[in-house]
Amino acid sequence: MRSLKTLGYILGLPVLLVLVWWASTLGKPNFFVPTPGSLVETFGEVWFGERFFTDVLPSLGRLVVGVVAAIVIGVVGGVLIGSIKWLRALLEPTLEFFRAVPPPVLVPVLMLLMGITDTMKVVVIISGCVWPVLLNTIEGVRAVDPVLSDSTHTYGIDGWARVRYLVLPSASPQILAGVRQSLSLGLILMVISEMFASSSGLGFTIVQFQRSFAIPEMWSGIVVLGLLGVGMSFIFQWAERNILRWYHGQKEVENAA
Amino acid sequence: MPAKQLLGVAGILGFLVTWELIPRLGLIDARYLPPASEVIAALIVDFGLTAFWVSVGETMKAWFLGLVIAVALAVLLGFIIGSSSFLRKATNSTVEFLRPIPSVALIPLAVLLFGVKIESSLMLITYAAFWQVLIQVLYGVADVDMVANNTAKTYGLGRMARVRYVVFPTALPYLMTGVRLAATVALVLAITAELVIGSPGLGREIALAQSGGAISGMYALVLATGLIGVLINILMRFIEKKTLSWHSSVRSEVIV
Repeated sequence: MRSLKTLGYILGLPVLLVLVWWASTLGKPNFFVPTPGSLVETFGEVWFGERFFTDVLPSLGRLVVGVVAAIVIGVVGGVLIGSIKWLRALLEPTLEFFRAVPPPVLVPVLMLLMGITDTMKVVVIISGCVWPVLLNTIEGVRAVDPVLSDSTHTYGIDGWARVRYLVLPSASPQILAGVRQSLSLGLILMVISEMFASSSGLGFTIVQFQRSFAIPEMWSGIVVLGLLGVGMSFIFQWAERNILRWYHGQKEVENAA
Repeated sequence: MPAKQLLGVAGILGFLVTWELIPRLGLIDARYLPPASEVIAALIVDFGLTAFWVSVGETMKAWFLGLVIAVALAVLLGFIIGSSSFLRKATNSTVEFLRPIPSVALIPLAVLLFGVKIESSLMLITYAAFWQVLIQVLYGVADVDMVANNTAKTYGLGRMARVRYVVFPTALPYLMTGVRLAATVALVLAITAELVIGSPGLGREIALAQSGGAISGMYALVLATGLIGVLINILMRFIEKKTLSWHSSVRSEVIV
């Protein structure tokens, strides 16, 4: 009975919305809005065929490579900058400026520097996604509990062991907050780089559909992007729960006290 | 000036010198990456041009309107949904599903509906900024202290009075965080819409400068967008500090 109620809460509103959508397209067909049935049909036709390999997979590949590279660069750089005081003071204002530049303007700049290649698209994603991770890591490293930090020093834990067992764990909530921003930025940049400068990929295909007024196909593309975003957010939440299990537990204990 | 600021200035100067040297030494062709001095000169020329300020105005108009619409909608819906546990549970799955949808997915739809007008930008900005604020408002409303709320009830405060004197102050820090995040996202989306769709503003000018081969001009405009971003960050932090001057997170900063 309880699980039935939960299911009702999860599915109630979505089902209601789809019903409203279906009912509103029932009477007179709207040129801009396909019926749910035709959308599902087009979705299958358009995306589960050759296009899956020529457009979807390459896009996803670039996204994954870009985001992973950005996270690695951001965390390594962040730990370095965060632990060296003068380096932080030296770089912080410059980094703040770089973060404030809206990442999409990098697309024309990098297009100019590197031409329209796969590498350029990956570099766009990296150079947009690296800032949230980098700056959050710096913040996280800086906020390491001073008592813990002194204790590890006293016990002679230094170098890599210190990073592995003290700095990274205590910065991880911050780092993951940065990663979360990076993921959504990465998806945006992937789409923009393909819309602006490409002859293949998800972004390109969707704009192509829109330009040729293939409306149900265009909507199905929007659905694909939406599903990608939702999928990424689920994977992230799962990963976060696993990595930060100790942190959430600690918070619960602190809040209960 | 304290040593920290000096180092920061040194960092910026170091960056500019590196940028100046890379094309001068021929590491990257100066046609593709003009030296810093040229770009800054182009930016200063831009500052004297009406066309530049018109573009800035267009971008800021889209940014501001989009942000205001998004915040108004999110606050209204956030307080309504947040104050009822039934609505919170019923909308949770839908919110979690709609929130991660990248707003750029709506670009083709915006073009189809509005063409290259400002409405396209507004649609993208509002969609992206709305979720940032809504989520924070929902967290904030859920964070209301039950003791405070019950005390207010016992003293006979009505529903509206409780929203005004208990719920709103609790949610305000969350709301301001949401607005700050949304302000950044709104700028990104404003520039994106101009760049990709071609609605008027700085983004379109960048695309035009790039395709027209006005390379220094393009870099100058990129610098300008960065400066706008920095200004927005400073402005938002200032507003946050002013509106939350009573809150312990801000007060403690002053004392220490």
